[in-house]
Amino acid sequence: MNVSTYVINDSAAMDFRVHRGALADPAVLDLERERVFDRCWIYVGHESEVIAPGDFRTRNVGGRPIIFARDSQARIRVFLNSCRHRGATVCREVSGNAKGYFCFYHGWSYDRDGRLDGVPGQASYPPSFDRSQLGLTEPAQVDTYRGFVFLTFNPQALPLGDYLAGAKEYIDLIVDQSPTGEMEVIRGVQEYDIRANWKLLVENSFDDYHLMTTHSTWLNYMKSSGVEIKRPEKGHLMPSHGIGKALGNGHAVIDNENFRGRPVAKWIPLYGDEAKPEIERLRAELVERLGEARARRVADTNRNLVVFPNLVLNDGSSVTIRTFYPLAADRMQVRAWALGPKGESAKARAIRLDSFLTFYGPGGFATPDDVEALEAVQQGLATWREVPWSVMTRGMNKDGEQLNTDEQHLRAFWIRWKELMEDGTAAGARDGR
Amino acid sequence: MAVDLTAVTRSDVEEFLYEEAALLDAWKLDEWLALLTHDACYRVPANDTPEAQPTDTLFLIADDINRLRARVVRLKDKNAHAEFPRSRTRRIVSNVRIVSRDADALSVVANFVVYRFRRDERIREYVGSYKYVLRAVDGALRIAYREAILDPLELGSLGSVSLIL
Repeated sequence: MNVSTYVINDSAAMDFRVHRGALADPAVLDLERERVFDRCWIYVGHESEVIAPGDFRTRNVGGRPIIFARDSQARIRVFLNSCRHRGATVCREVSGNAKGYFCFYHGWSYDRDGRLDGVPGQASYPPSFDRSQLGLTEPAQVDTYRGFVFLTFNPQALPLGDYLAGAKEYIDLIVDQSPTGEMEVIRGVQEYDIRANWKLLVENSFDDYHLMTTHSTWLNYMKSSGVEIKRPEKGHLMPSHGIGKALGNGHAVIDNENFRGRPVAKWIPLYGDEAKPEIERLRAELVERLGEARARRVADTNRNLVVFPNLVLNDGSSVTIRTFYPLAADRMQVRAWALGPKGESAKARAIRLDSFLTFYGPGGFATPDDVEALEAVQQGLATWREVPWSVMTRGMNKDGEQLNTDEQHLRAFWIRWKELMEDGTAAGARDGR
Repeated sequence: MAVDLTAVTRSDVEEFLYEEAALLDAWKLDEWLALLTHDACYRVPANDTPEAQPTDTLFLIADDINRLRARVVRLKDKNAHAEFPRSRTRRIVSNVRIVSRDADALSVVANFVVYRFRRDERIREYVGSYKYVLRAVDGALRIAYREAILDPLELGSLGSVSLIL
């Protein structure tokens, strides 16, 4: 397999193409696990999901079963969920509070800090057996940015802050909606699989080019509820202005003037008249705390952010955290949570959650059609040997501002993917930016 | 004939739920809506929080009657791509129990399997339980509350639940 031929990026010829084998060939996935997922920073969870010493959640991150936990000092820890003796998982519950972790197979036990603190029949081991070296293994690095916890299996990866680059500004915009300066994950997870390559969900998550045709039933629903959907201006496809922007290291965003309402803090008729005073109160708080200009930036724009490679933060009809991991070249597992300001009023929380469900999730008015679109693409990609290329040149002939319906931000993802996939050197591993 | 909720039998409730299932399998969604009260709601909780309220917990679906009507409008539109071409479904409703009753309402639980068939797909089997609150409106049983609680620990391959479970 020659990965260098999977993305053609020729700006002189205004040619940008993605080879469909990158989305359909199982051999590509094996290399991706090694060169993308094992090198980059990968989202683990949010600090608010574990609070007290011993709180834990088990999940699959970067293809590994992990324990996302608070240790005995309530510090955030990530342990690989595998006994050092034979490898069995040492925590088999989804979430809870643990005094420690226990492998039922032969009875090895670990404390909240991951130290091996119990080995039945230890006397039979020779002197070379060193319990202090046999604690639960941790990823090479774990770090947090404004409550979002990431890990990397790459000891040489850049510090998280450098890795996130321009994405930090957009994470800040999300967190700024909270008067307490902190956000929290709300109870209830949406889990579903999509029978499509994981990179199709990256594209879909910030591709506004598909909105008008894929989501016409959602737009009709908005319209019928009294939301004004303006006719796009000449040369535009969207009811409001929006841009696409690359943020460095493969991260990118669409950044749109809001027309669809926002729980913080743009009322639309869909929320109902009874919600109006609460939304106005939230808006007044924003203006007082952040000033008029920043408040408008937070409340009147909605943004879909992709943090390379597999984290999507949508700050739109609600705030969603969405992450996904390939199960096979043509199948991915998706997890989505709602995020809200810590200390939010019960009324505001209810509006936020209700607004979430109008668009997002496997029962929403839009996401099911995205899932259908991705699965239709993957079915069509069975022709990849006969129809090898997907054109991705929208906006390529423009200097300056790129629209949300252009494809510069999609290209930014693919350019970074190409760099990582082509670089098999130690420098590439060190980079892992 | 007016319905006396204190005298309704399990058999009456079963008959009603079977009729409802038949309407949904036949995609007679407007007729199905007519079985609901003017203030009905329909919910599908997330898999990890089966006992919860949508005001403080993320659900998959938490519709009031307005969004439910809008959902039916959407599902009848051929641009509801997740259901075009439409799935075929076959619902099995069983283990029906009246768990409480008063003069105004019956609380009913039941088990369900909804088989969903689409082209080029394996069968999707949605397994779970229903919670209903039934009332008498204009002499007939009507649905005031309908919750479909899915049993799978993860939704996984069941994917879209945009059809009415």
